[in-house]
Amino acid sequence: MQHLRRHHDMGGLRAGPVVHDEHDHAPWEKKVDAILRLAAAKGHLTVDELRRGIEELGPGVYDELGYYERWIASITNNLVEKGVITVDALGRRMAEIEASWGKP
Amino acid sequence: MSGGLAIGARVRVRAAFPPGHVRTPFYARGKAGEVVGVAGHYADPEELAYGRSGLPAKTLYRVRFTMAELWDEAEAPDDDLVVDVYEHWLEPNDG
Repeated sequence: MQHLRRHHDMGGLRAGPVVHDEHDHAPWEKKVDAILRLAAAKGHLTVDELRRGIEELGPGVYDELGYYERWIASITNNLVEKGVITVDALGRRMAEIEASWGKP
Repeated sequence: MSGGLAIGARVRVRAAFPPGHVRTPFYARGKAGEVVGVAGHYADPEELAYGRSGLPAKTLYRVRFTMAELWDEAEAPDDDLVVDVYEHWLEPNDG
């Protein structure tokens, strides 16, 4: 019988050489890290819930998103589920910020 | 603390494949190994992942496997790999 391996559980699969390049984190990535720490400190989610949320993104999204993009997707879903933020408020704020792009 | 496995105990990882959040790697499930240490006692992350307490704490064992046991075509079959496995994933392997 073929057992189901969940997509993220990829230990041991062939993945090519390890890239050792150093790279700086973008400011938004640091902000994502800060948001997680703040949300965890306030008791809104655990790193285990973060991890679970990342796994639940599914194979397609999991591969399309970068590391911190996966984090913020999971953090967002968790905070919506917990009632800390609403989808409506989030959508309005995102539109506000997008409208401000390019303005001084 | 539960658990109760001695260092040196021969164990087998449960061959379970539930759809939810688990901390036992796919490649180790169903495999036979030996307890070589205790990493600690922690709230169960498989419960914490769903917003529950994960209590009582569970024992996290360090379990050694040979590469030959883990992989069908191991490049270094005699090498070992030590994996952290929670107590509820382990069964005695006396056979």
